[in-house]
Amino acid sequence: MDYVIEMLDIRKEFPGIVANDNITLQLKKGEIHALLGENGAGKSTLMNVLFGLYQPEKGEIKVRGEKVRITSPNVANDLGIGMVHQHFMLVDTFTVTENIVLGMEPKNGINIDLKRAEREVQEISDRYGLKVDPRAKIADISVGMQQRVEILKTLYRGAEILIFDEPTAVLTPQEIKELIQIFRTLIAEGKSIILITHKLKEIIEVCDRVTVIRKGVGIDTLDVEGTTPTQLASLMVGREVTFKTDKTDSNPKHNVLEVTNLNVKDSRGVNAVKDLNLTVRAGEIVGIAGVDGNGQSELIEAITGLRKVTSGKIELNGKNLSSYKTRKITEAGVGHIPQDRHKHGLVLDFPIGDNMVLQTYYHKPYSKYSMLNNKEINKQAKKLIQEFDVRTPSEHTPARALSGGNQQKAIIGREVDRDPDLLIAAQPTRGLDVGAIEFIHKRLIEQRDNGKAVLLVSFELEEIINVSDRIAVIYDGSIIEIVDPKTTTEQELGLLMAGSKNKAGETENV
Amino acid sequence: MFSQFNRWQKILIPVISVILGLLVGAIVMLVSGYNPIEGYAALLSGSLGEGFYIGETVRQITPYIFAGLAVAFAFRTGLFNIGVEGQLLVGWVASVWVGLAFDLPKIIHLPMAVLAGAAAGALWAFVPGLLKAKLRVHEVIVTIMMNYIALHLCNYLVRYVISDEQNTTERVPESASLKSPFFETLTEFSTMHYGIFLALAAAIIYFVVLEKTTTGFELRSVGFNQHASEYAGMNVNRNIILSMVISGAFAGLGGAMEGLGTFGYGFIHGAFSGVGFDGIAVALLGGNVASGVILAAALFGILKQGALIMPLESGVPTELVEIVIAIIIFFVASSYIIAYLLQRLKKGAK
Repeated sequence: MDYVIEMLDIRKEFPGIVANDNITLQLKKGEIHALLGENGAGKSTLMNVLFGLYQPEKGEIKVRGEKVRITSPNVANDLGIGMVHQHFMLVDTFTVTENIVLGMEPKNGINIDLKRAEREVQEISDRYGLKVDPRAKIADISVGMQQRVEILKTLYRGAEILIFDEPTAVLTPQEIKELIQIFRTLIAEGKSIILITHKLKEIIEVCDRVTVIRKGVGIDTLDVEGTTPTQLASLMVGREVTFKTDKTDSNPKHNVLEVTNLNVKDSRGVNAVKDLNLTVRAGEIVGIAGVDGNGQSELIEAITGLRKVTSGKIELNGKNLSSYKTRKITEAGVGHIPQDRHKHGLVLDFPIGDNMVLQTYYHKPYSKYSMLNNKEINKQAKKLIQEFDVRTPSEHTPARALSGGNQQKAIIGREVDRDPDLLIAAQPTRGLDVGAIEFIHKRLIEQRDNGKAVLLVSFELEEIINVSDRIAVIYDGSIIEIVDPKTTTEQELGLLMAGSKNKAGETENV
Repeated sequence: MFSQFNRWQKILIPVISVILGLLVGAIVMLVSGYNPIEGYAALLSGSLGEGFYIGETVRQITPYIFAGLAVAFAFRTGLFNIGVEGQLLVGWVASVWVGLAFDLPKIIHLPMAVLAGAAAGALWAFVPGLLKAKLRVHEVIVTIMMNYIALHLCNYLVRYVISDEQNTTERVPESASLKSPFFETLTEFSTMHYGIFLALAAAIIYFVVLEKTTTGFELRSVGFNQHASEYAGMNVNRNIILSMVISGAFAGLGGAMEGLGTFGYGFIHGAFSGVGFDGIAVALLGGNVASGVILAAALFGILKQGALIMPLESGVPTELVEIVIAIIIFFVASSYIIAYLLQRLKKGAK
């Protein structure tokens, strides 16, 4: 068999844990090979071993049949292995070309031969259909385009084997389609691809084979043809998983959140939310569907008091919140699972226990006469850790040390436990694996069933359709349509999200 | 500072830094033709060998504790207070001023003078706090500039306002003095005063405020992550100002110790006292925790005091102690290297 890469019986230990326990991964030439596993299963560790960032304790790596020792990323580069990281490593103020040639600039005497570099970049870009402008500044191009610059970077360095770490996590549905097209071109040009992901649909759609790892152990490698998402999911999680979130019909009651003619400016002072109207009732989940950057973040920030309202009303149970500060809004009964859990959701250097009382520390019983009561705080933390299955060594562990899924469970536990009338969940399952997603969806529906109002913002259409009782489509700062998740399709939503309704001239705004 | 390291590393790293610093200092002594054992013996006997020296060392430690706490407090709450020197100077002059201006019973006068020092330091730090909170001006720049303003303002006040165009003010009366005849007799008439108790009390207050109160919870939270703190409904700007004010109050108290204790008067400073800047090193070495600051301040006090005696007893120049201190700071600052070596060692042992 013609393997370009063989990782045989790789074992990697960290103090206290075995991250990779005798994992074998064999990549055929010209295939797209998926590496599937839950968060913390050891996917990244394995790829970092291949990329020379970690040295394995045991096992061997063969590239094109030859045994090699990859001691640093430079060695990996020389062997033709390139990695497109989940978090891009680009200099914002440099142009595309400057970023690509960084570290191996073509010289013209002592000057950088930018002309030649631009030509070369243009050539590669054309060859693989990447459509990148070599002279554009990184800061000015979209996230999808930046990702292509990363791909170009590896190609420019002569990569034959490309590793993609969760490449679709940051992309819009359209960009994902384009990326998949790029994958196909790369394969046609003789490259091989390893795709790290936990999105099952993508695997079924583009991959040839898949290697599943679970808790550091290699479970199986199988051909994608003939497998189903359910089968892959249970291999990954180690138990049966249901995708269809079970829920009864909603039973909405009075209006909890009423947003009327809301206008909000973004950080650059441009109107991001324009005359937006939205109602969320008790006992229902309203999902906001939209392409990133159409005012979702600003809307949520306005509701939660993190951003000033230019004009319009935000009413919670009839009380106008639009001029309130965040704390008063929180106390009025708004829970918020923020989009960026590291930036807003957690103080990463605080123990997870302290994070559990981030908005309530000044209340009894967590403090009395301004003195913290650590016993009560830890008691509360223990309770939530148990109730929400947060896997952590103890409540004293810094939040930073927890995996993404467990961090998110901690935040959700904290927000749900405050028993808010309105729960705002912004991309609550971003970057999480099937098991955690299932858990979080159940909790959101549970809130709804308890008669709370839930506002869900997500870029995952599947999530929106599955979980919501009503879908509000946001485009260019306004809600342009309300659709029923039972009757709509991803296609219809995709078109609405692209603003097609507006273009058609129908002014049936809700 | 060391949040990425575990507990034993947090303790081990500064200890190893100190040992390495002393070792390198010994090598420097050897190379320059001095006997390091004699040198360090002189340093020790000069700082702890006699009652008098112990008294002087304790006196030296006192302002170091305050300066260290001031820097550490700001640091723990996400701010870099380089202005401790200036805050200390205004605290010094303010306490002396109140000491001289009033004639009150000691039970009122002394606390009033001490608190005046704290208030002056707090006020001096309030300015950079306000600028940071409202206009996002970086506190490092403002505090550095405020140091110079403090230096010259204090000199002006000493010469033209508090004294009659003299280089020093009069001594503060007994009712506002921290001087301790008891300690003085105990330590063969050193300048040791009651300030050390205030310093230790301040360290306890530091610990309680930062670790045990809701205010400290907010301050630490804002220091680590302003976005999450804002999300949680905390007033980020208020906390930035509060942090600077408390930090400045610690610094001002350190100045009051000098004004009411060590010297008992104010005088024209030709240059900075250096205590405020050493406070940065003390906080760094102490890992920004109260107990660490006390220990680091003690070490600095011993080194500084012993350095005065070293040239007399062993011929080793004072500058050498400065080198040792600098090397210790270097190793603390490069704690990553030590942590890395520790991990290597641990692996090797396994």
